[in-house]
Amino acid sequence: MPLIEFQDFSFKYYGADFLALKKVNLTISEGEYVVITGPSGCGKTTLCRTINGLVPQFHRGYIAGNVLVDGKNTRDHTVAEMATIAGLVFQQPENQLVTLNVEKEIAFGPENLGVDPVEVRHRVEELISLLDLEHLRDKHPHEMSGGEQQRVAIASILALKPKIMVADEPTSNLDPKNAELILDIIAGLNKRDMTVILVEHRLDLVSKDASRIVLMNDGRIVADGTPRNILVKDLCQEIGVGVPKATLVYKSLKNRGIDLGSVPLTGEELATLVKEAS
Amino acid sequence: MIILENVHFAYDGIYTALQGVSLQIDDGERIAIMGTNGAGKTTLVKQLNGLLRPHRGRVILDGIDTKRYSVAELARHIGLVMQNPDHQLFLDSVEKEILFGLKQLGFSSEDARIRCESTLLNLGLDSLADRSPFTLSGGERKRVALASVLATEPRVLVLDEPTIGQDAKQKENLAQMLRDLNEKGRTVIVVTHDIEFVIENFPRTVAMANGTVIADGPTSSVLSNDDVIERCSLTAPQLTLAARSIHAIHPDVSERLTLLSNLEEEIVRVLRGA
Ligand SMILES: Nc1ncnc2c1ncn2[C@@H]1O[C@H](COP(=O)(O)OP(=O)(O)OP(=O)(O)O)[C@@H](O)[C@H]1O
Ligand SMILES: Nc1ncnc2c1ncn2[C@@H]1O[C@H](COP(=O)(O)OP(=O)(O)OP(=O)(O)O)[C@@H](O)[C@H]1O
Ligand SMILES: [Mg+2]
Ligand SMILES: [Mg+2]
Repeated sequence: MPLIEFQDFSFKYYGADFLALKKVNLTISEGEYVVITGPSGCGKTTLCRTINGLVPQFHRGYIAGNVLVDGKNTRDHTVAEMATIAGLVFQQPENQLVTLNVEKEIAFGPENLGVDPVEVRHRVEELISLLDLEHLRDKHPHEMSGGEQQRVAIASILALKPKIMVADEPTSNLDPKNAELILDIIAGLNKRDMTVILVEHRLDLVSKDASRIVLMNDGRIVADGTPRNILVKDLCQEIGVGVPKATLVYKSLKNRGIDLGSVPLTGEELATLVKEAS
Repeated sequence: MIILENVHFAYDGIYTALQGVSLQIDDGERIAIMGTNGAGKTTLVKQLNGLLRPHRGRVILDGIDTKRYSVAELARHIGLVMQNPDHQLFLDSVEKEILFGLKQLGFSSEDARIRCESTLLNLGLDSLADRSPFTLSGGERKRVALASVLATEPRVLVLDEPTIGQDAKQKENLAQMLRDLNEKGRTVIVVTHDIEFVIENFPRTVAMANGTVIADGPTSSVLSNDDVIERCSLTAPQLTLAARSIHAIHPDVSERLTLLSNLEEEIVRVLRGA
């Protein structure tokens, strides 16, 4: 049985005059790492909100079709019920932070789910050390830099140990080293057992971890496949997807009659192919 | 010209954010500020338009200490787009939001309308003019915040993380607008983690860590300095990694920071020459 299933799902925000999602069909199995990408405004965040039930439970509107997550129809379950299955890292981290200090923020989710206090403490300490948040422990979440807030927002979702992690552009405010650190942590958890759905524009950061890229445009899924198969498509550049530079070099060379044999996603891969060909 | 002289700042007097930053920014420059989360980049750019004031040191605009100017007076010279658009947008339509800034700066209604229209078009927001910013997507909201400042074409444009939430096409549109404004003589300062955006558009880079400037100079030298990369939590761009690795076998291929077109030509040379 698939873990997440969109069946002909359409959604229009209350008061809007267009559909944000148009007849979306999407099946995601346990353990997958799916990257959702596509131009600004194409419906990525709406899709994320649908997986944890914020659409339609909090963001109301017109709906058609169904979304099943771990067998539960999101029409029939509250956000609190869905939270035990799917954790969502918001696109705008500040909107997610609700408590008075970083330590409390990380503990807040699991406490609300009724996790044993000893276990909560353990998770908080583990995440503070893993994400290098010690110096921020007592700070108010609104009195921090953008990147610091984003790291705390990610920690607070990881503390839930969700079966599914939905992360909406989780590296948008992070410096390159911190982005790498967070993505490595997420990839590590995915290798264990966490299903990951991650929205990203800068695909060179995530294409090595992802098993699959879902490309959206104008409320629809327009392509779905492995990173190498998707990123080489001209459609990506046409609609404005951030194709890795190494892949762009490959495509450009191919147009000039030089075929490197396989599609590189990183600089290292590109270099290896060039060395093999020379 | 803007000069920062040994600027210090601590939030609530205890959370140190800037510890002696000195910088000179000439008219018409394009400068990127990069560095570690919490390095003090946002704190630094807020000193420029007076949202925050130095606790020690000075910010000097055209020879005059900016402590003599109010935030409103500084806004006539310096336009800041904040990192988080939520802190900037407050009206109930996109168009009103853009027109507000223009009216504040004294543009006639006719002039304001023309500027508003063309800015919305350039940033792919034309179909959203009547929408409430609160119902927009993250990337759309950021572009509205950008539009509200870009439309006024201030002498000095300061953009805190302008590429957040932007797809490749929007990023290119924005880069084009910044180049056009720069050609008209505007100074452009961006804070960003997007190293490729910097390489392609900004000749000078200031790298920060721990409330101080670690390096300041031509982008190509600052971003190919491994010590700076390490201390400012940056990573080498993918094309540089490729160039270095190819250089190890073909020493005639430059290992320096590379634009896509340069690397492509070098590869063609290596493969065709072989
Ligand atoms: N309102 C505030 N109150 C207290 N401390 C703050 C506040 N805002 C920022 N800080 C602290 O000041 C330091 C510099 O923050 P700043 O926002 O300037 O960093 P930044 O370089 O812009 O980081 P980022 O890349 O994450 O946006 C950080 O240590 C941060 O925790
Ligand atoms: N609360 C809302 N009410 C009405 N329309 C909305 C609302 N939220 C989003 N929309 C619209 O729905 C569409 C999809 O928005 P969504 O936030 O899902 O896009 P996105 O792909 O995440 O974009 P971005 O990359 O800019 O974050 C957009 O056209 C947006 O303007
Ligand atoms: Mg979004
Ligand atoms: Mg900042």
